[in-house]
Amino acid sequence: MRFSDQFESRFSEMLTHYPTKRSVLVPTLLYAQDEVGYLSDEIIAEIAGRLDLTELEVRNVISYYSMLTTKPRGKFNVQVCTNIACMLRGGEELLEHCEQKLGVGNKGTTSDGLFSLEEVECIGACSWAPAVQVNYDFHENLTPETMDGLLEEYRRKTTH
Amino acid sequence: MASLVSHPDEIRVVSRRFGQGATNLDRYLELDGYKAVQKALSMQPDDIVDVVKSSGLRGRGGAGFNTGLKWSFVPKQSPKPKYILCNGDESEPGTCKDRLIFEHDPHAVIEGVIIAGLAVGSTTGYIYIRGEYRYLSEIMQKSLADAYARGLLGKNIFGSGRDFDVYWHGGAGAYEVGEESALMESLEGKRGIPRIRPPFPAVVGLWGGPTVINNAETLASIPHIILGGAEWFANLGTPKNGGTRLFCLSGHVERPGVYELPMGYNLKKMIYDVGGGIPNGRGLKGVVPGGSSTPILTADEIDVAMDFDTLMKAGSMLGSGGVVVLDETTCIVKFALRTMKFYQHESCGWCIPCREGTDWLKKTLIRFHAGGGLKKDIDNMYYLSENMLGRTFCPLGDAAAMPTMAFIKKFRKEFEDHLEGRPCPFEELGAVEQLPVMA
Repeated sequence: MRFSDQFESRFSEMLTHYPTKRSVLVPTLLYAQDEVGYLSDEIIAEIAGRLDLTELEVRNVISYYSMLTTKPRGKFNVQVCTNIACMLRGGEELLEHCEQKLGVGNKGTTSDGLFSLEEVECIGACSWAPAVQVNYDFHENLTPETMDGLLEEYRRKTTH
Repeated sequence: MASLVSHPDEIRVVSRRFGQGATNLDRYLELDGYKAVQKALSMQPDDIVDVVKSSGLRGRGGAGFNTGLKWSFVPKQSPKPKYILCNGDESEPGTCKDRLIFEHDPHAVIEGVIIAGLAVGSTTGYIYIRGEYRYLSEIMQKSLADAYARGLLGKNIFGSGRDFDVYWHGGAGAYEVGEESALMESLEGKRGIPRIRPPFPAVVGLWGGPTVINNAETLASIPHIILGGAEWFANLGTPKNGGTRLFCLSGHVERPGVYELPMGYNLKKMIYDVGGGIPNGRGLKGVVPGGSSTPILTADEIDVAMDFDTLMKAGSMLGSGGVVVLDETTCIVKFALRTMKFYQHESCGWCIPCREGTDWLKKTLIRFHAGGGLKKDIDNMYYLSENMLGRTFCPLGDAAAMPTMAFIKKFRKEFEDHLEGRPCPFEELGAVEQLPVMA
């Protein structure tokens, strides 16, 4: 298993931050997931080995956190917030619009592997609702029209 | 990047450096940065605690406990290291203020952590930022590196002979982790399951050592209190509710945004003056005053001062500063259902009243909103919620029960209007038609 140099330097630095090795687990899993898109069996075994944990202990933690996934997702994970503040300003309609536009349901991935869709809980953009996160990027004050433009922008990112 | 707003009634303390480029360390130093730490280094630890105590600063995460008092619970002597833990796992629906602090003024949080450490005799701090806030985690990682490079952190800070380390930490998506004991579990690399108290974190916290856990906004207020003085800060607010607060206005208001207003600011004024009122000439149905866990106030109850004690008396809570405004076209049953869907999703499953209670409430509300509600469901939901209160390790169970009880008590008629096969009376207007003017 080979991670990027950036991952490795962050990992070894983080190990010096805590009195126990295990403490690096949660952020490390997220950074590891970002390297390949999901937490594969190989990654889980690797991280468990590095932190002197059993794979079961690592999986137990993975299943708790909503951002961690053991299944591959699309290149762009479109996360639509429908929690109260977004709901009041059209978050549910935005999710529906994305479902139609992408032709997939909640947690589905388009057949070209480009987009995944996910209904998420509050992402901390309440005053700029409705809001969406694509991977880690926030997009706010959206309408179905501006959402279309946004998806188009991401689609173009892969052709160039 | 979240956009900033302003209003003449604002008093800028925590947000003073927003939009001023203060993520840059040189710029931060120009704007009085790290002066508070230098002042604190010359003070006795007990004096720092006293200043914070008498400033009337209360926990901005939602519980509203006096911060200085919390610090004073940390034992002076401890065989294990003491820790400062900044809670930046902001995830209470309606709340988006810590995000702005991390984006615009990360060094203020670092400064707050150091000062807290000096006050309680700790030499290590952690700043926990939720996983979704990746760009903020990157800003924080850079800010910490800059501070180390300049000798503001690490060995012998400011040539004082004292050492202090601050590290960042990241989450991976979990509301429950915003609860202090679950936060420590998460930082220790485990599932975010709450710990039973006592012992409280001030005595037994991270890795068994005494730990102070404060919200990011609380810690970002500390440098200003040290520099401006306890009296100045206390006088900004109302008695026992010192200072200002970042209020996150959202929902059906003309000008949503994060506004820094003095503690005790009138809620009605906040909605109609600061927020510009309800769009489309509609009437107000209610306001959730402090994030989704706080009981709703009806349109008749909003002439109140927004401080911890007044809202408690009004039967709600100031909570985390998330003010969610609902106009008259909002279906309360639907709103209650969405709120419960959230708590059911986020319940960690450790305590049965919360795990089962949120699930039953969600299922009942789904059926209810779809027109399959029975008359007895209304009282059952209330009774079920009542029995979740105070019966769990952490307050997530309460957070789900309290708003539900208020929805039923204050809007019973709306529940009755959904009974037995009747379609939702609000459904003919979809949220899109109800939308205020959007950018």
